[in-house]
Amino acid sequence: MPDQIKLRVARYRPEVEDKPTFNEYDVPLRKDWSVLDGLNHIKDELDGTLSYRWSCRMGICGSCGASVNGRPKLLCATFLTDYAPGPVRIEPLANFPIIRDLVVELTDFMHKLSAVKPWLIREEEQSVDEGEYLQTPEELADYKQFSMCINCMLCYSACPVYGLDTKFVGPAAIALAQRYNLDSRDEGAGERLTILNQPEGVWDCTFVGECSRACPKGVDPAGAIQRYKVTAATASLKSLLLPWGQQ
Amino acid sequence: MTDFLARLYKPKVPLLWWLSKPSYTAFVLRELSSLFVAWFVAYLLLLALAVGAGEAEYRRFLDLSANPFLIALNVVSFAFVLYHAVTFINLTPQAMVVRLRGRRVPGPLLTASIYVAWLVVSAFLAWLVVG
Amino acid sequence: MAKPRTTVEPYVWLMFSGGGVIAALTFPVLLFLLGVAIPLGWVSPPDHGHLLAVLSHPLTRLGLVVMCAMALVHAAHRLRFTLQDGLQLHKYHALLATVAYGGALAGAIAAGYVMFVVL
Repeated sequence: MPDQIKLRVARYRPEVEDKPTFNEYDVPLRKDWSVLDGLNHIKDELDGTLSYRWSCRMGICGSCGASVNGRPKLLCATFLTDYAPGPVRIEPLANFPIIRDLVVELTDFMHKLSAVKPWLIREEEQSVDEGEYLQTPEELADYKQFSMCINCMLCYSACPVYGLDTKFVGPAAIALAQRYNLDSRDEGAGERLTILNQPEGVWDCTFVGECSRACPKGVDPAGAIQRYKVTAATASLKSLLLPWGQQ
Repeated sequence: MTDFLARLYKPKVPLLWWLSKPSYTAFVLRELSSLFVAWFVAYLLLLALAVGAGEAEYRRFLDLSANPFLIALNVVSFAFVLYHAVTFINLTPQAMVVRLRGRRVPGPLLTASIYVAWLVVSAFLAWLVVG
Repeated sequence: MAKPRTTVEPYVWLMFSGGGVIAALTFPVLLFLLGVAIPLGWVSPPDHGHLLAVLSHPLTRLGLVVMCAMALVHAAHRLRFTLQDGLQLHKYHALLATVAYGGALAGAIAAGYVMFVVL
């Protein structure tokens, strides 16, 4: 195994340039190094000006998403040896505006996340004296998969619909809405219907399925979206045919 | 608040984004299979018209359908219609959770059942057409 | 609680799904027989009288119109989004939708005309 690998890293310094360029760095090719380790080596030893987000380095915080050889990946979960002999092209996550180097603007997702109300909504909160809300393992299994989302945005990066129209609410937001809709303790499905049963809600999705392929946590947002389409379509049909049942 | 506001760089999605990754291309081909679904609707209605017009018209339609260009078109259409059927059936378990007696039907079992239904329907339709 | 903004997307999607199921289950065998096997002589062509009897049956008439209509909506829905996303024509989304579903409606009417008036 050669002892070095070349990383071609996208740079964007708005104070000196109009568009991104590439810098090349040679980093040690160690058997156990992730691409994140490579970037940390660059920052520590070769070029301290490189900017990128990272935190837990173990695939749970969702900070280090980037495009590796054109594919959205978590840098801490992508290994240099898988790309040997290289070079490895590292760019910021696709479909997001670039602030600097590998750092992208994520405010759009933050707005969408709060819009789908990702918390338990109850008509009336039970008082603490009445004890906990009880839930069986089967009820937990109904939504558990969708609770695994780490908000890493790889799915938005993979989604061509979001890339073409940022008004689309997007995979992670819908998966998180489903995490609450399918939670037996939640009573807020109707409120989430308002934002999701719109063209820019679930209906822009054409089931490309790339989001689920890109997801590092097995959330399957594509499945969440298609299931929600059935829910929303049924709700619309019901309100059309049986309007007296409406709240 | 900082004085310097970052000048965001907004990358543009290339026009041929669907050629940039095999899975994107497979997706667009899957969507384009619907063109051939529409073509078959037209073909079916033309056949019905010919049958309704009498034996001679029906024979004329059969001769036309044997034209090499039309056969080539229909072979391509068949490939695409098959691609539509297979992708649609395979994606169904991802889109639908089916519960039987309170337990979730596993995805592969659901897919297999739809393929069985497909065979049954196909056999029935073949019998209906060929007689 | 605010009511969702009225949109036809859910209903169109239901027809798209139904059309997809119908096309998936019935079109492969029919296209193979009527478009490939019979023209190539692998299967002898059905008797004209037999086909006329099958097509004239009220269930077939209705079934075929429903099949064709749903399959056309399915195709219209997919083609509309493919043009919109594939060729980046998002600003024409209303026009694309109108042309696509309008075409499907025209086709469905044509199917009804063939199966109930002509036949």
